[in-house]
Amino acid sequence: MRLSEQFESRFAEMLTHYPTKRSVLVPTLLYLQDEIGYLSDEGIAEIAQRLELTDLEVRNVISYYSMLTTRPRGKFNVQICTNIACLLRGGEELLEHCEAKLGIGHKRTTADGLFSLEEVECIGACSWAPAAQVNYDFHENLTPAKMDSVLEKYKNAQ
Amino acid sequence: MPDVNITVDGKKVAAPAGTLLIEACKNAGIEVPSFCYYPNLSLQGACRMCLVKVEKMPKLQTACTTVISEGMIVATNSDEIRQARKSMIEFLLGNHPLDCPVCDAGGECELQDMAFSYGAAESKYMEPKNHKEEQQWSPVVYFDRPRCILCYRCVRVCGEGMDVWALGVQNRGVSSIIAPNQDDHLECEECGMCIDICPVGALTSGAYRYKTRPWEMNHVGTTCTHCADGCKTTLGVRRADTGMEIVRGDNRDKSGINGDFLCIKGRYAFDFAHHKERLTQPLIRKDGRLTPSTWEEAFEVIGSRLTEVRDCDGGQAIGVLGSTRTTNEENYLLQKFARVVLQTNNIDHHRTADFPAFVSALTERPEAAASMRDVYNAPAILLIGNDPTEQHPLLAWQIRNNVRLHRARLYVINSQPIKLRRQATSFLQIPTGAEAQLSSFLAGQDSAIDALLSGPTSRDEWISLREKLRSEPGLVIIFGSEIRGSDVVSLVKSASGIHDVKFICLGDYANSRGAADMGVYPDLLPGYQRLADPGKFHEEWGGVPRAVGFTLPEMIESATAGKLKAWYVVGANPVGRLALDPFAFSQSFVVVQDMFLTETAVIADVVLPAANAYEKSGTFTNTCGDLQLVKKAGEVTGTKSDFEIIVRIAGSMGYDVRKLVPFGRGMTADMGQSRGAQSGEVDRHGVWLEASGLELKMSPFDPMAILDEIQRLLPGYAVSRMDLLAGNAQHTALPAGKAGALHDPKLIVPADNNLFSSGTLGRYSRTLNSVIENRHKKPEELEVAAD
Repeated sequence: MRLSEQFESRFAEMLTHYPTKRSVLVPTLLYLQDEIGYLSDEGIAEIAQRLELTDLEVRNVISYYSMLTTRPRGKFNVQICTNIACLLRGGEELLEHCEAKLGIGHKRTTADGLFSLEEVECIGACSWAPAAQVNYDFHENLTPAKMDSVLEKYKNAQ
Repeated sequence: MPDVNITVDGKKVAAPAGTLLIEACKNAGIEVPSFCYYPNLSLQGACRMCLVKVEKMPKLQTACTTVISEGMIVATNSDEIRQARKSMIEFLLGNHPLDCPVCDAGGECELQDMAFSYGAAESKYMEPKNHKEEQQWSPVVYFDRPRCILCYRCVRVCGEGMDVWALGVQNRGVSSIIAPNQDDHLECEECGMCIDICPVGALTSGAYRYKTRPWEMNHVGTTCTHCADGCKTTLGVRRADTGMEIVRGDNRDKSGINGDFLCIKGRYAFDFAHHKERLTQPLIRKDGRLTPSTWEEAFEVIGSRLTEVRDCDGGQAIGVLGSTRTTNEENYLLQKFARVVLQTNNIDHHRTADFPAFVSALTERPEAAASMRDVYNAPAILLIGNDPTEQHPLLAWQIRNNVRLHRARLYVINSQPIKLRRQATSFLQIPTGAEAQLSSFLAGQDSAIDALLSGPTSRDEWISLREKLRSEPGLVIIFGSEIRGSDVVSLVKSASGIHDVKFICLGDYANSRGAADMGVYPDLLPGYQRLADPGKFHEEWGGVPRAVGFTLPEMIESATAGKLKAWYVVGANPVGRLALDPFAFSQSFVVVQDMFLTETAVIADVVLPAANAYEKSGTFTNTCGDLQLVKKAGEVTGTKSDFEIIVRIAGSMGYDVRKLVPFGRGMTADMGQSRGAQSGEVDRHGVWLEASGLELKMSPFDPMAILDEIQRLLPGYAVSRMDLLAGNAQHTALPAGKAGALHDPKLIVPADNNLFSSGTLGRYSRTLNSVIENRHKKPEELEVAAD
């Protein structure tokens, strides 16, 4: 499988940090997911071979972490926190609003492949609840109106 | 290391530093319950059943992950601990189905036992249970997800123990499930270790599931009849209308040399015994057709024809083929029968390893033969040739676990990239057929190195490997049938300077080594004693024919020329397995005793239905020379053991069977027939033995009488009878002095069985065939010609 130079250099660098190869599994999976959007069968086999693991072992790890996915996602992955702090400050309403606005449910993707929606556990932004994360960016102190403008911004930015 | 002293429940306990608390408690006779802890597998700490109170530690600790330290004061049984265990059981039972009455594990389930010991009678969990249908992962492995308690034992034994890594855990928390490597099915070695190690009924066996309950079977610990490693397998048997049916094989009795281990063959491939084509009546060729007849008629025909040939044409006109799957006693009896009754040395068997060369190479130091246990404890191992993962699954298990648990150094030299290279300190590939040059090179002949230099290994690496091997005290050298004849001698010579070096010569069938040890050779008597020097055997048997007999190819030649007038083939299928021309058998009187109408049996004049190794008693010697008991488990009405058949044939030839089988020697016994209150009654002892499925002692059919003779005449077999009868493997010693011989290397024909094949037995095993079919490979055709 051919991967970008950026992936290769990140992978090579990461290998130097650990005593055993399998330790770089989680960061490598994230790099691969960043690169191709999800963890394809081909990608899993590639990583398993590079780290001398079985495909099953790689899949076991992927299934453990909710931020790793084996299914293609939208270009922008909207993650709404509904844990306690966000819940108290309207996280649930925010999620429902997004569901209505995007017309999709949890772990679904819009038909145009632009947005995916996900209800997630605490993302560590309790002080600014309710919070959402789109790909790697945080958006805080949200209201449904504010959320609309956030989504709009991404839509226009693409 | 000095012992560490701890106190458990007020009891002083000492154990070596580094011991886990759970083990220290167990050794002191204090039970700490656990599901996920399993000796020799990595620690998990998942089930939380082994929680104990360690003084000065704030919370309850898991005994399975706590290493003992000096002065530790532990309580294993307080209200707090009992409450913790009760809660754990309640959790585990939260989604566990209450289908114990139909579950295979019912009656031998660890969760059941723990629920009785520590559980509560009621549950606070009110929600409906989350049910999932059971899944079939392979012909032999079924998974019932709701029963799983997530102890991960199966995952660890498959990966760490077997190096297969076919099972994993997916998702997390309450969603965790055990998953097979191929989406919805398993692609693995089908060993069934996961099923055996499962503390509940989550993983069940395709061969056994829903057939019976554990307490309805009798359990007989015997020795496996498949490969030459000699695993102990416990067969579960129950009455059937055709005798005793074997319904399960496992290793619940972990006392054997295999400990926890069994492969697919030992666990499931007992089903050939109940194959519908099994012979249950003697067949005699009448008007060109094999016709069912009686045992009496068969013995009469055989007795008169063999006597006629012997008396008219002499013993050299009779050829005898022994078996690699009959017991030592049967092999010994067969060659004795050939030599003293048929008066011929024309006796041979399907040779799969050069044991005579091995013996002659080691006559100077007969103690240098390693046992199967040595393979697990040796500091270093050199493996030349063979592929133990496929051909010697137990040996492979011993090697892998020695490397994993004891950090043994493994050197693998093979013409193929065999799987055990994954455990090897160094793996060197040589060209196919270069094993002979390899032993010359190791023995110090530098010119032989050129033949080894086709791979990536350089000349210097070879020389440094040789140096390294020479400085490995306690090295165990294991070699396959690639090394034969004088190469065995040079290999043994190459190691002469290594302190405490030991060897293993790998044969292929369950009693290949036994057949060799018992003298099923035309030129060697039991104990590899040369015919020229019959010594004790001459006295004991009242004479041994002096002329060296024919090897199998020579017998074929003689038969083709019309000189060999009779064949007696015991438990062998030379036409099928060795691809011999059936014409060689067509001009002679041929007697075959076997379980099935094999390619050899169909051309015989008399076919006798024989019992298999699971249906008789005796001993097997594995490829390392470990002697083990074979116990009668199953029974198929209409068959007889090869032992009984040989004795009956001798009897029908008018031979005094007491001379052949010196039974009851030095013993007198009164079975209650001659005096006292029981006088005049039938032999109650015999009736009781029959009823219990045991064999009659004090009779000419008692294999132990021949074992007496073997132990008397073969010094290497003079092992403790008590330990043997108790079910322990006893390592035999090689003969010293003038023993063994260098034969033509071409006489050795490897069986080439793999994990899923086992010669004739494998062909008639439904389980093995279903596994092969499942792998989308064509199963071996059942070539049973119609008569």
